Order: sequence, then C-alpha cells, then structure tokens
Amino acid sequence: MSALILTWAITIAQLALAVAMVLALTRMIRGPRAQDRVLGLDTLYVNSMLQLVVYGMRSGHVLYFEVALIIGILGFVATVALAKFLMRGEVIE
Amino acid sequence: MSEIADLPLWAAIPVAVFLLIGSGLALIGSFGFYRLPNFYDRIHAPTLGTSWGAGGIIIASMIFFTVLDTRLVIHEILLGVFVTITTPVTLMLLGRAALYRDRSEGSKEVPAMDPSPGVLDEAEPVTSEEEDAARNPDRASE
Repeated sequence: MSALILTWAITIAQLALAVAMVLALTRMIRGPRAQDRVLGLDTLYVNSMLQLVVYGMRSGHVLYFEVALIIGILGFVATVALAKFLMRGEVIE
Repeated sequence: MSEIADLPLWAAIPVAVFLLIGSGLALIGSFGFYRLPNFYDRIHAPTLGTSWGAGGIIIASMIFFTVLDTRLVIHEILLGVFVTITTPVTLMLLGRAALYRDRSEGSKEVPAMDPSPGVLDEAEPVTSEEEDAARNPDRASE
C-alpha cells in the first residue's frame, strides 16, 4: 500500500517537474529579450535540481543529493555572472 | 523498488503529500513564468518553485530518508538554505539589469530616471577623481 502511494506520488512529481523544465526551456528559447533567457536558465536550473532530489528518492541513494547541490551552486554563479554581463557588458572589470 | 516498500504507511502519506505540494507549486511557478506577458511580471513567478516548491520536496526527502535509514538525515536542509539565500540575490541582480537596459533604450514601459542627483544611485553627481581631489587636496597634488 505504501509502495503504491509512493510510486504514484514520485511519478507524478517527476512528470510535473519535467513539464516545468520544458516550460522554462521554451521561454529560454523564445525570449523575447536577453533577460528572459537568463531567467529561463535560472528556472531550468532550479527545476532540474528538484528533479534530481526526487530521482534520488526513487532510486533510494543519497548520491543524487551531491549532484543537486553542485547544480544549485553552478546555477547561482551562472545567473549572477550573466546578470552582471547584462548590466555592464563584461563580467570581470 | 524494494526500498520504497519498506516505508510504513504513516510515513508514506506525508511524504507523498509534501512531494505533490512541492512539484505542483514548481509547475505552477514555471507555468506563470511561461504565460505572464511582461518581464517584470514574469520575474515573480519562479519564486513559487524556489520557496515552497523546493521546500516541499526537501521536507519529503528528509522524512523519507530519516524513516528509511532509522536515523536523522537532514543534509537536504543545506539545499533549502542555499536556494532561499541565493534566489533573492539573483532576481534582484536580474531585475536591476533589466531596468538598466530598458532605461538606456528609452523604453516607455518603465519610468524614466529622475534627473535630480541622489534619488537613484545610478546617477553619479560628481566623478570620483573630482571627489577625491575635493576631499584631500594634498594627495591630489602628487
């Protein structure tokens, strides 16, 4: 009974996060301006991080937590660098 | 799949509820990000996914691994703290960059910059070299 509930909940969560990733990717491709694309990349990073946490629950391994942590840190650094580039035209002055 | 079956029913129900809340709010946030008409409207939507979307999934994962391993597993809270701290920083930087770009293009959607100095920090009244020379004249002569 608990296996049934958990399998369905994890499957629905994975599907919802996959749809959210597709929506963020669509906005990232369509634009219309550069700041929309950067924000789309940031949303895609957050959704893929949550997707990895859910996949870690499905597989039962704690390994996927470290991958999610690395994705979160890289997403933060990438968004800050891109926002700085949009503001100033260069990253390192 | 055998590990999921080991979880008792009283723990499976809150894990499932938190998972559905978190993933549903992340989906709603991304859908709003896709649908809203303006960039300044769109910048609010993904915060649903980063606040309660990440929170719900992280709470579900903490309950799941704590009950499964019969010991306290709360390292996922690191992800929650990190996302909560970094999201306002990135969105504020992006919002300021977008405002700067719209103003420098003379867009009609954003209010124009106030010409009086000191209202916005983007309007620098004096250049830095002149300020330094006015503050300590002996160093400026070197």
